[in-house]
Amino acid sequence: MQDNQPATDALTTPEEKQYSYLNLGPTHPATHGIFQNVLKMDGEIIMDAEPTVGYIHRAFEKLAERRPFYQITPITDRLNYCSSPINNMGWHMTVEKLLGIEIPKRVQYMRVIIMELARMADHIICNTIIGQDTGATTGFLYLFQMRERIYEIYEEICGARLTTNVGRIGGLERDFSPKCWNLIEKFIVDFPIKFSEFTSLLERNRIFMDRTINCGPISAERALNYSFSGPNLRAAGVDYDVRVMTPYSSYEEFDFVIPVGTNGDTYDRFMVRQEEMWQSLSIIKQAIEKIKKEPAGVYSAKVPEYCLPPKEEVYNDMEALIYHFKIVMGETEIPKGEVYHCVEGGNGELGFYLISDGGRTPFRLQFRRPCFIYYQAYPEMIKGSMLSDAVITMSSMNVIAGELDA
Amino acid sequence: MEGSAQEKTIGILKEKYEDQILHIDTPYDFLTVSLKAEKIIEIIQHLYHHPEGKFQYLTTLCGIHYPDLQQIAVMYQLHSLTTNNRVRLKVFLPEANPVVPTLTPVFSAANWLERETYDFFGVVFEGHPNLKRILNVEDMIIFPMRKEYPLEDQTREDKNDSMFGRD
Amino acid sequence: METATGSTITVAPKPEGIEGAGFFATSLDKVVGLARANSIWPLPFATSCCGIEFMATMASHYDLARFGSERLSFSPRQADLLMVMGTIAKKMGPILRQVYEQMAEPRWVISVGACASSGGIFDTYSVLQGIDRIIPVDVYVPGCPPRPEQIIDGILKIQHLVETESVRRRDSPEYKAMLNKYGME
Repeated sequence: MQDNQPATDALTTPEEKQYSYLNLGPTHPATHGIFQNVLKMDGEIIMDAEPTVGYIHRAFEKLAERRPFYQITPITDRLNYCSSPINNMGWHMTVEKLLGIEIPKRVQYMRVIIMELARMADHIICNTIIGQDTGATTGFLYLFQMRERIYEIYEEICGARLTTNVGRIGGLERDFSPKCWNLIEKFIVDFPIKFSEFTSLLERNRIFMDRTINCGPISAERALNYSFSGPNLRAAGVDYDVRVMTPYSSYEEFDFVIPVGTNGDTYDRFMVRQEEMWQSLSIIKQAIEKIKKEPAGVYSAKVPEYCLPPKEEVYNDMEALIYHFKIVMGETEIPKGEVYHCVEGGNGELGFYLISDGGRTPFRLQFRRPCFIYYQAYPEMIKGSMLSDAVITMSSMNVIAGELDA
Repeated sequence: MEGSAQEKTIGILKEKYEDQILHIDTPYDFLTVSLKAEKIIEIIQHLYHHPEGKFQYLTTLCGIHYPDLQQIAVMYQLHSLTTNNRVRLKVFLPEANPVVPTLTPVFSAANWLERETYDFFGVVFEGHPNLKRILNVEDMIIFPMRKEYPLEDQTREDKNDSMFGRD
Repeated sequence: METATGSTITVAPKPEGIEGAGFFATSLDKVVGLARANSIWPLPFATSCCGIEFMATMASHYDLARFGSERLSFSPRQADLLMVMGTIAKKMGPILRQVYEQMAEPRWVISVGACASSGGIFDTYSVLQGIDRIIPVDVYVPGCPPRPEQIIDGILKIQHLVETESVRRRDSPEYKAMLNKYGME
């Protein structure tokens, strides 16, 4: 063997060095979604990566140009499906901005509760998956019970679990039921217990820390240049949060902390999400207190021409029937205009850039999808790291296929 | 406060590029400036480096098709995280030959956004390192977000179009 | 059967057959069906929202392991059941087909969710209007996305198909003709 095959290192120049190519995806169990990366490998070290996206491109933006405004809510559900209520609310607030509708305070706080629950559900999925990918399945099984509890609350609010389609333009479709308040109260009590178990399993776990610290880091400058947003940007040390910079739905009245990391590595991203879940819990508690001071029973603004009336009114009241018909047929009056509204989604700044030409459908609607923008930094983040680190870097970035490809 | 910040941004633009400005508007309190296409990258760089502007965050970039004007607009939305100001810049390109220089030297984030705009509208970003389709299949020949192309899948036979109000 | 903690464990019911002291005779079909049905190895081909509901199905609350399917086979070559969950875009179509072709017989396909079954709300230029255009499907689960209970129901339907399938079905001319229709050998 030694005689006819010379030792490769001694005789070949770096230019002649042979690399192997590894095709990771589009269906790979470790990628949690359909992402394809062609990796150029030197042994187990990644030299370069070429991501291909678009495997679940569904033409959302074109679809939105053919749908009346209220029918776009179900499309937004399917953007980041781990936190669909935030997308729904973001879209409703965009249209409300266009129409100039003032939302009652109580409804704003109710929306805050729903959105923060959604943020927790989103972060639960992401953080348990990081655990799963580092070999700690237990956390996944523990914390998914709490996610089921959040889904039970959603079901009580709107009837659906995942793709919620919650709310209407102008408010919510109905008041929270007493059972729903009950579930929320119970969740607030139970969540810290389960979450502390999960925290104690991973946060100071030597194996987990060794595995994630300095894995897939990105500097604050590069993160900003790549237009990172959400927990990934905050992990790199930039305290940009849409809830604070451009408050919506009365977030300016709440008292909460924006956690920031230092290195922008997997551990920081994990820890930022962990802390954000505690903050979300605190925001929900504050919102419940605030709602108690508001007049009861208000669940939408008084805009019958945009917000569907309750069913019993439709059957008994002429005006309600007319409005119902007009809304369902998409014949509501929409002003001309151009608005941008952004919300802090589960994984970053989710923006809606809407141009209305006064017709029944948007003239152009662009979704600013945070993970489409920050996923392009992935090759830079994994260059020089091990293959197994690339996997957890991806899961810690919280890239959602539906949002990535729109 | 808001008004003065917007005027400041306009001032920064007018400092060097007054001749490039076509139109200034603030729909829903959001400063929107239409510009000539040639110097758009220079202008963005100016906004990026200006000590009072510091528009160093590219929020989004997209195309808009205006079939009546036979134009395709490219919209850049910048955000200054230091002053918390936002500005929307628009350039209008002819539909038949939409060409604009690339923004990738300034913002790495522009890479995929420009590829997406190329994919949807056929806008050619000159100097882009890897300008090819991103979301659609590579052998696609149309630019699907242009208004003249249909949304629906053309291979379905189970839908009677007249019943759905389509022609 | 009682366990130490007091919970009851039910075993799969035995098929019809002749029983006596020390022996049990039944047809080969039924034995094979019994074994196959209760140890299905699914290959989750999860692309979008339905995949998240599948995660819930696998997790502690709904626990698919109760039906003998906790062992996910991410390699198509060892999988029995292809679970297609989520939108399949036209760009993804050839990959789905390749995965199906890599699976060994006998293989079953379950199409979870409206998108996989018919394209769902996405009647758009980029979405495949139902995976049955490129691969044969055994069970369709409606919903957008279906609840975990519905996915479990789909699995149970597949179990029923597996249990009652003749061991010779895959050699029959009808089956071959069906595959030929999809352009497969």
